[in-house]
Amino acid sequence: MAGEDAAFVERARAGDREAFRFLVERHGRNVYRLAYRITGNQGDAEDVAQEAFLKAYRSLDRFESRSNFSTWIYRIASNCAYDQLRARARRPEDPIEGEQGPLPIESEGASPERLAAGADLRRQLTAAMRRLTPAERTAFVLRHHEGRSIAEIGAALGLDTSAAKHSVFRAVRKLRAALQPLAQEALG
Amino acid sequence: MSGHLSEEDLVLHHYGEPGREDAAAHLEACAECCARRDALDRDLLAVVDEAPEPGERYGAELWARLEPRLDAPRVAAFQPRRLLLPAALAASLVLAFLLGRHTQSPPGPSPGPSARAAHRERVLMGAVEDHLERSRRVLVELAGAPTQGAAVNISAERAWAANLVANSRIYRQSAARAGEARLADVLDELERLLVEIANGPAEMGPEDVRELRERIEDRGLLFKVKALQSQVRERAQKRDRPRTVS
Repeated sequence: MAGEDAAFVERARAGDREAFRFLVERHGRNVYRLAYRITGNQGDAEDVAQEAFLKAYRSLDRFESRSNFSTWIYRIASNCAYDQLRARARRPEDPIEGEQGPLPIESEGASPERLAAGADLRRQLTAAMRRLTPAERTAFVLRHHEGRSIAEIGAALGLDTSAAKHSVFRAVRKLRAALQPLAQEALG
Repeated sequence: MSGHLSEEDLVLHHYGEPGREDAAAHLEACAECCARRDALDRDLLAVVDEAPEPGERYGAELWARLEPRLDAPRVAAFQPRRLLLPAALAASLVLAFLLGRHTQSPPGPSPGPSARAAHRERVLMGAVEDHLERSRRVLVELAGAPTQGAAVNISAERAWAANLVANSRIYRQSAARAGEARLADVLDELERLLVEIANGPAEMGPEDVRELRERIEDRGLLFKVKALQSQVRERAQKRDRPRTVS
């Protein structure tokens, strides 16, 4: 697939829009899912997906043919999503779809049934993720869900390795503090 | 066998990242760390992927929305519109100052910069220095919080950091455009930290304070900011110095 992508990138560079369309259609769904994991809502994920491909289109000249287009577009999308989170954090008064502030801890209302505990766990996870800083959330998603190394995360977000590592550490610590009692109940 | 593994060591081990060299061997020999590792694995297992699967047609729909934008003029994405006016003003001032290095009038009897331009530069130099000083003070305040006892309320510092972030970004972009890589780099580091502070919790516990202090010290951020302040001041003094006719 990487070799085929490289050929389409070459054609797109030469001005062939249909070639770029192929790349958007091939990678669009994965980019959207990555953006959703980082931003946590559909509206932002859609904006990020568009912005990432737009940036890629405008930077095709800088794409190195030996690289993997999928890795490259992921990196651009991660950065766009990180910027989106930071921008959102700067204007907290903007309404965000599905986000009306932190959810309360509801451990006392949790059902002893594992299913109910699982549902509570998911709600708690959403709230805990929302409370992470943009750097923590992005770094954690890239490490935990996307399997990117700390070095890759630092490069994608423009952070040094130590800052990327500490962002992951802080995210894990905060998530564990929020989820521990419920995780024990749901998985234990 | 060296000491027990920290939570950080366990996180690195969990994700297969390079970390303490004896981590695997230690886990085989230490029941306590093994139990902590299992607890961490269990907690992280609970962090499941909730991203929805877009429909099969998503790629085509994305292209339909994207294609009309491919030829559109570039706009700055994700910038809060209400910040643009003051930020643009600040940017033009910073740019004027930075570029001013290269456009100083030659020494000699010709008239120097106009009074208006000189005034604008003084205002600007004051603004840049003020920004650096305020940023430095936020970091000093937070890094100086107690590292023992109860958590401290940092609402005021958070608000302060939030106010500084918008200007920081615009100064950084202007500096980068003017080829001032060092200034841009320091502003970037500063901005990232300010954003984290502005969006972080309203209270900091002793451990958070220690972490922040370490990060500031690791990067030598306070030193870099102070050095930049001196540099800005020096430039200002050079400009204010009356030119002599030889």
